Amino acid sequence: MSVRLGLLAILDQAPCHGYLLRAEFESRTGGTWPVNVGQVYTTLDRLERDGLVSREGDGEAGRALYAITAAGRAEVAAWLASPVERGTSTRDELAIKLALAVTLPGVDIARVIQVQRVATLRTLQELTRTKSATSDPESADDLAWLLLVDALIFQAEAEARWLDHTEARLARLGDRVEPRGLTGVAPRARRTATASVSGTDGTSR
Amino acid sequence: MSAAPLLRLDGVSVQYGSGETAVTALSGVDLEVDRGELVAVMGASGSGKSTLLTVAGGLAAPTSGEVIVDGEWLSSLSPKRMAALRRRSLGFVFQDFNLIPVLTALENVSLPLELDGWRTRRARSAARDALADVDLADRASHFPADLSGGQQQRVAIARAVVGDRSLVLADEPTGALDSTTGEAVLRMLRERVDAGAGALLVTHDARHAAWADRIVFLRDGRVVDESRAASVESVLA
Repeated sequence: MSVRLGLLAILDQAPCHGYLLRAEFESRTGGTWPVNVGQVYTTLDRLERDGLVSREGDGEAGRALYAITAAGRAEVAAWLASPVERGTSTRDELAIKLALAVTLPGVDIARVIQVQRVATLRTLQELTRTKSATSDPESADDLAWLLLVDALIFQAEAEARWLDHTEARLARLGDRVEPRGLTGVAPRARRTATASVSGTDGTSR
Repeated sequence: MSAAPLLRLDGVSVQYGSGETAVTALSGVDLEVDRGELVAVMGASGSGKSTLLTVAGGLAAPTSGEVIVDGEWLSSLSPKRMAALRRRSLGFVFQDFNLIPVLTALENVSLPLELDGWRTRRARSAARDALADVDLADRASHFPADLSGGQQQRVAIARAVVGDRSLVLADEPTGALDSTTGEAVLRMLRERVDAGAGALLVTHDARHAAWADRIVFLRDGRVVDESRAASVESVLA
């Protein structure tokens, strides 16, 4: 999502000046997405250029008031009606780290997984504490915040489950898949920080 | 009330069978649970989680090591005194609730007290308070079949903490419940612990283990790690 669509969706409620718009955006996203006023005005300029908002002259204290246009309304409706596409990038730092680690001779992969698991569970505990300190939400802004905490909790849980799954998969495979040395480099010429293990044939699969 | 931990496992090992076919379920486990503390135990299937709970509850004796509940060394207790300790100090919460279907919610909760010799009126009064603590005061006269899964598990929690019982042993208590109901049950258990009970929670669900103050990781019957929640800071800041 972009700040642009968020601001536009709020403008759909009523004309706003930049300062109010910024405050509304921040409180409706649980304070997890701070934006500065300059960014808000730059975004409003672009929205105006694209015909999605119009400047309604000066409001109180000489601040420019912005109102959404019909095209802007259509843009908000289209945004709310369409799914968020996450793409299929596999460049998750942890996934890449583990993927690389299983190919390296001399790495205690079980330890790598366990160290990560403890850290992930600690994050989950902290998020759960943050959540348990609040009772049932009483306002829409509270609810928005709770929803964001839940999202982080579920992400951390998914990571923990993936670690469990990876560990079980490795246990099932046993020694059948071995780490390997560098492709095309003869073992005698190899200089690596980790001890080499026997059985690597230097070919990739 | 003593300052000693509510539950202490001291070098506890459990072996099934003997000789070459012997299986080690637990190996030299040290663990403590204090009052006001919720400790979760996580581990893959076969890591010894359930054995740990069985031994902590005095339902099975360790092959070696000591289990001390509320200052009592379980190995020194006669079967009769062991049964009394289980009635007075321990409460179990299972995945499938284990309520007695022909008794009302109130009767289920007051039963352990009545078995322990409490007068009916006093036991029922304590049970009513325990049900109120889990927000089920208005369901006291319902039978288990007339309660939802989440409500039944809350009755089980009330039964586990009623009277002076202070150590709750919970085995996958949210396993049969949907996501938000499971969370409500954990929140309730957390509240009972904050009110002074101690609890040992066995689960494979990271999201539920996260309600604990400490998470202990078991692998092949050994404690391999522990995660302690840091002080409450805003993680979102």
